[in-house]
Amino acid sequence: MRLEPRTDTPLALRLLAPVGAVVAALALCALLVAWTGAPVLRAYGLLFEGAVGSRFALTETLTRATPLILTGLAAAVAFRAKLWNIGAEGQLYMGALAAVVVGGGMLDLPAWALIPVVMIAGMAAGGVTLLGPAVLKVRFGVDEVVTTLLLNFVVLLLVSMLLEGALKDPMGMGWPQSAPVAEAAELPKLVERTRLHAGLAIALGLSVLLWLVDTRTIWGYENRAVGANPRAAAFAGMPVTRVMLRTALLSGGLAGLAGAAEVCGLKGYLTLDLSPGFGYSGIVVAMLAQLHPIGVVGAALFIAGIFVGADAMSRAMPVPNYIADVLVAASLLCMLVAGLLARYRLRRG
Amino acid sequence: MDFLSIILDILLSAAFWTAVLRIATPYVLGTLGELLCERAGVLNLGIEGIMTLGAMAGWMAVYQGADLWTGVLVAASCGALLGLLHAALTVPLGLSQHVTGIGVTLLGTSLSYFVYRLVLPQASTPPTIEPFQPLALPGALAQTPLTYLAFLLVAVVAYVLYRTPVGLAVRMVGENPAAAEAQGLNVTAIRIGAVMAGSALMALAGAFLTLSAFNAFFFNMVNGRGWICIALVVFASWRPGKAMLGALLFAVFDALQLRLQQASGGVLPYQLFLMMPYLLSILALVLVARRASYPRALMIPYRKGER
Repeated sequence: MRLEPRTDTPLALRLLAPVGAVVAALALCALLVAWTGAPVLRAYGLLFEGAVGSRFALTETLTRATPLILTGLAAAVAFRAKLWNIGAEGQLYMGALAAVVVGGGMLDLPAWALIPVVMIAGMAAGGVTLLGPAVLKVRFGVDEVVTTLLLNFVVLLLVSMLLEGALKDPMGMGWPQSAPVAEAAELPKLVERTRLHAGLAIALGLSVLLWLVDTRTIWGYENRAVGANPRAAAFAGMPVTRVMLRTALLSGGLAGLAGAAEVCGLKGYLTLDLSPGFGYSGIVVAMLAQLHPIGVVGAALFIAGIFVGADAMSRAMPVPNYIADVLVAASLLCMLVAGLLARYRLRRG
Repeated sequence: MDFLSIILDILLSAAFWTAVLRIATPYVLGTLGELLCERAGVLNLGIEGIMTLGAMAGWMAVYQGADLWTGVLVAASCGALLGLLHAALTVPLGLSQHVTGIGVTLLGTSLSYFVYRLVLPQASTPPTIEPFQPLALPGALAQTPLTYLAFLLVAVVAYVLYRTPVGLAVRMVGENPAAAEAQGLNVTAIRIGAVMAGSALMALAGAFLTLSAFNAFFFNMVNGRGWICIALVVFASWRPGKAMLGALLFAVFDALQLRLQQASGGVLPYQLFLMMPYLLSILALVLVARRASYPRALMIPYRKGER
């Protein structure tokens, strides 16, 4: 048996790959669910119901998908240029940090002016956080995987330090949390009496925008060329270093925006548990989407549904909600294999 | 007391060096494991998840009534299994070692948490076991058996890598798989074997945390140690002896920041001290990056007959 590359991957196969991967992941995790003694079909039924079964469930899933779309885009644009940004988690917290600093009453602006300023501040903070490892990569050849991973821990400690120090809310009853952002910095709600906020509209708009940039502009062309073959791109006269740094700013910025939007749209203030690993799940989102900006939306909705649904399921039966994390990890690994099968065909001999 | 005399006091105490060896142990084991994988040409970013699974599985086995050494064995086997998964996806299938590794880490971590919560649904204070006790060997600082084992394994891995045909084969598939193939070696099998053995060592590093350093399993207890090991491998330029020295040097800084944190009496926020290990690892990477000589075939999948 050997693998033979396909000359052309049909669209149907590209769309089928993530579906197959998800089905395989669900089947594998069914073994774990069965091990807990819970009825598998009922468990998955409850998960599905908890994710999309009611108006409340749907808006919760959409709310959860908002940061995942943004971190998914962050991973997708970086991976496209072969910039292995595994630090979206840290960049997200830097964006959130910038949001509570800039949006915390420092500027006395009306909402239409303050919201863009806060969001851009969040993006800038996230972008600069990734710029460091990117500069180390292009300047000194330092592997960015390890540096971005390690920075996640540094950023979390920095946030913890500030939440217990300079940014601590004096009215916070001693909890390590920041003061709430100004009312004018809060993102408006999309649906009354739910948690769904305008961050979703921003995320959706950005995925369309990124898709257009990717397919219709020289910028996007250069990004793809550098990702496919940096030496060939350099030979064709493309500014490879500049493309790398630009990609880093964009990728970090998207992750930073996720943090700023979570603070201004959902939580209102910053705590150390703002993100249950949105940065890492973003990698899975990007891979399920095969790094396609529009695909990211669908993948983020799926992952968000898994998390929201698993919470509902684990309230009803003795299945720990960590099943969601296992499902997400299994989906990633299955997706890698499915992607391979879509790109290659299996030949005997 | 001025700063220098505080440092001197710390460096001259036996307790400090005992702590250094204890802190170094998981780094020694993890770095050795990663080194073995990378010497065969496979980057294993699954290390963080493999360490977590080793920590949980070893502890759980002992908690369920097995003796400590059985727990160690269970941890190592679980690590080798996750290693097999990583190797199966990256070696014969040639999938991205970066993304697969992250996937293995996510899987190892989530699986550990899932199983722990399943067995102990409402443990607010983590249940404990009776861990390995320090053992005073003549002429050495009292350490637990796993620490002695870790330093012994440095010599074993170095011997195997440089003095045996197996080691030669491992290094060869990491440098030039086509040449190894021409010698009649099975590149795929050797790479899979090296990744499994390396992953077993990583799981030992995790098991040390729950069976020796502490006596319970906590969420997030591995806390980036795996990523630091990856930096240490680069710092050690893929040599076992240097890896041990790197881990020791790192442990000296880590133990020092712990003591200074106590000595500073809360003048500086403790988070600043806790950041030091991560920042030091990044600094180490920057320092050696220019002259790092990666195994030539690292991260390059090998397919028979393809050039």
